[in-house]
Amino acid sequence: MTTPTSPVSPTPWVVRRSSLASRIGSGALVVIGFALFGVPQVFGTNIVQQLTSLLIFLILAVMWNALAGYAGLVSVGQQAFIGFGAYGTIFMTQQGIQPYLAMIFAAIASAALAVVLSLFVLRLRGGRFAVGTWVVAETIALLISLDQAIGGGTGTSLRGLNAYPRQVRIAYTYWLTLGFTVLLLLILFLLLRNRAGVGLQAIRDDEEAAASLGVRVGRLKFVLFVLAGFGCGAAGALTLANTLFIQPQSIFGVQWSAYLIFMVLVGGLGTFEGPIIGAILFFVIQHQFADLGAWYLIGLGLIAVAFALFLPRGLWSLINDRLHIRLLPVGYHLLRRSPDASANDRGKPNP
Amino acid sequence: MNWINAIVQGVFLGGLYALFACGLSLMFGVMRIINLAHGDLAVIGAFGVWVVDTQAHLPPFIALLPVLPVMLLLGYLLHRTVLARSLRSGPLTPLLTTFGVSIVIQNALLQIFSPDVHSLGSLTGSISTSSWRVTSELSVPYLGVLILAVAVLLLGSLQFTLQYTGFGREMRATAQDPEAAALVGVPASSVYARATAIAVATAALAGAFLAIHSTFDPSSGPTQLIFAFEAVVIGGLGSLWGTLLGGIVLGIAQTIGATVDPQYSILTGHLVFLVILASPRGRFVANRSAAA
Amino acid sequence: MSGLLQVDNLVAGHGLLQAVREVSLSVTEGEVLALVGANGAGKSTLLRTISGAHPAARGIIRLDGLDITDLPPHRRVARGLVLVPEGRKLFPEMTVEENLLVAGRRARPGQWNVDAVLNAFPMLKPLRRKRAANLSGGEQQATSIGRALMTNPRVLLIDEVSLGLAPVAVDAVYESLQTLTRNGATLVIVEQDLQRALSVANRVVCMLEGRIVLESATAAVTREQVTEAYFGLARINNSSANPNQALLKRK
Repeated sequence: MTTPTSPVSPTPWVVRRSSLASRIGSGALVVIGFALFGVPQVFGTNIVQQLTSLLIFLILAVMWNALAGYAGLVSVGQQAFIGFGAYGTIFMTQQGIQPYLAMIFAAIASAALAVVLSLFVLRLRGGRFAVGTWVVAETIALLISLDQAIGGGTGTSLRGLNAYPRQVRIAYTYWLTLGFTVLLLLILFLLLRNRAGVGLQAIRDDEEAAASLGVRVGRLKFVLFVLAGFGCGAAGALTLANTLFIQPQSIFGVQWSAYLIFMVLVGGLGTFEGPIIGAILFFVIQHQFADLGAWYLIGLGLIAVAFALFLPRGLWSLINDRLHIRLLPVGYHLLRRSPDASANDRGKPNP
Repeated sequence: MNWINAIVQGVFLGGLYALFACGLSLMFGVMRIINLAHGDLAVIGAFGVWVVDTQAHLPPFIALLPVLPVMLLLGYLLHRTVLARSLRSGPLTPLLTTFGVSIVIQNALLQIFSPDVHSLGSLTGSISTSSWRVTSELSVPYLGVLILAVAVLLLGSLQFTLQYTGFGREMRATAQDPEAAALVGVPASSVYARATAIAVATAALAGAFLAIHSTFDPSSGPTQLIFAFEAVVIGGLGSLWGTLLGGIVLGIAQTIGATVDPQYSILTGHLVFLVILASPRGRFVANRSAAA
Repeated sequence: MSGLLQVDNLVAGHGLLQAVREVSLSVTEGEVLALVGANGAGKSTLLRTISGAHPAARGIIRLDGLDITDLPPHRRVARGLVLVPEGRKLFPEMTVEENLLVAGRRARPGQWNVDAVLNAFPMLKPLRRKRAANLSGGEQQATSIGRALMTNPRVLLIDEVSLGLAPVAVDAVYESLQTLTRNGATLVIVEQDLQRALSVANRVVCMLEGRIVLESATAAVTREQVTEAYFGLARINNSSANPNQALLKRK
């Protein structure tokens, strides 16, 4: 039985990393990024400070999404790193290190803390990981509140920054925040774009299947956990710089996790764009409604539950499902090469 | 002798923790859900008893009687409205949902009742304050014995129900394989709703005893949740008697820590929990079931 | 044409893959229907969809005239339709007796109870208190069938009767099935072993790629004809359009 020879037709499919939308999207983001650096020159300190808050939320949302959305690790304890970054900064400025430098070191120290914690915490899965991280956060908070040198339970302020005039301090804080934001987004983007990224998305979809295909599940989770530690530590340090005064109960409070869950869930878990949308939305809501106190939190909780039940994939899924666009080239697109080579992109992006 | 007293007090404290942990363990065992609102539901129970107490002037133990059925119903409804749907969306969703519910409950209680701290201890008469002096160093509080007895009774009856009744068998079957259970006529959703109802009622019971034993306020939930969770994990997930053991170990850790310095009590509990989690046995416990 | 179990134009799939395409079937009371076909033909999906474990995309399933297409599985069991799933799926930490009791709790009225089941499957008698996870394949299959019987079904669906079982175990299971059929049970069984299937069934249905390609009383069909349908050879013989496939024509 011989196989009949027939001309081999060119494969009708071609793989692309980016689409028109993602090219526009990433281009726009780069432009916005550059523009943002110029903000303090143009706008008043109030706006700059608000924008700093927004960027801090963005960092937190992106980090939590990296953990929960990509590695499947739902952490209710990231406040451990937020607080550690803040108190680390205080500790270092007390040792005489320049405040902004201290913040950077504190973020690195948070990453180191994450490395240490990963030894027990990464053994846990699902709900156990969630409450395990929470207990760790509570433990660290208790240890710090018992340490009088760092200010103990009544709170501490960051004195080193008083040397700068207010406008300058706010601008420097803003720039450092922006710098961290860009850095973290870049790292995450690079992670997602290459092999590690596909592995991460495989873990997100089915951990066992991913492991059986050779994805280094343990290692990828570790990398994300440390990255999240670094990012949340930076956010904590930056929050300190923005507000100048912190207390253990608030900086280590579990309400941080509530905010993170809200932002990421409402924006869209497991997507690059989701946490960004969620952070912006959360910032706007907080800005408008935080004065309502307990009612505001009730509303926040109800919205979170509603989203979990009815729109579990978040707001971004509303846009993505209709338009199949991605703002950043992190996926693969399978395009059918049409025989007459027209601009007809019948592409089906693979999430 | 101080240490012995600490240990004895720890055992009784453990009884209270076991009461809290019981419902958490049940929900996890049957549905693989960690109910992050468990502590707050207990606080609702405490407030419920407090309200009945102050409005109807009934002693707390009597006031419990109308509160428990209400909490059973609340748990049933909680499942039917909110939890059932989140189970279908994957393992992360119930965590997020229960967390949202927790925030709502805490802040709703704050709005309704103000942040004031309350206690029911004064309303129960001598039982909450008296103890039996065994020696000059060692005293056994009546309330502690009562709570431990209630915990043992509750855990025992739950274990019996699970092991020997048709209803309990359905719960175990659904826990082990919900699809196979449905294929032989067992409605998983109904089973889950009932398990949630029982879990919430036990939480309310625990909340009431917490109120009698010490104090409570709208934000007490998360602290109790952490202790309950620690008790469950220390004792071994999925085992009701293990939960009692876990509660006792946690209680003793806290009281011994307190003996060294009162500020260290909770911290010691956390550290013991973390050490157990990090130990080889902890690794076994942590990996026992694949899902949450 | 209306039987106890009536399936009309059923369509079911997994995502974009259609596993069951426009399948229509009728099973009369007291009949034993064997469902055969290669792996991936859609037999399991068909049974799972009929039992409710899998959602139907289109089509109607009727049990004794009642439309059960949208009923959840436990309600279908209450109406008398039960599936013995592929892989047995016993409750591993529960004993044989407990497995039976769970199914019996909400059972329809009927002749089956724990003792009746143990009499039908005598091999299980000494295993009453044994944990299901510790049973052998054949024992598990017997328990699984017995558990389904506890619900006193009108129609019993068995997915992959002999898969993974040693021949001796399969003998034992089929002996028990004979007892059931002698008593007038209505069965739909999926069976890889053609010989066994044809020996116990009144009618045989062969599926290929989601469709029924052969349907006949077992008495009226030969093994060769079923095999042809099984492998889709009949289709090739009828089609000469595709030059590649023409090469596989039998002489």
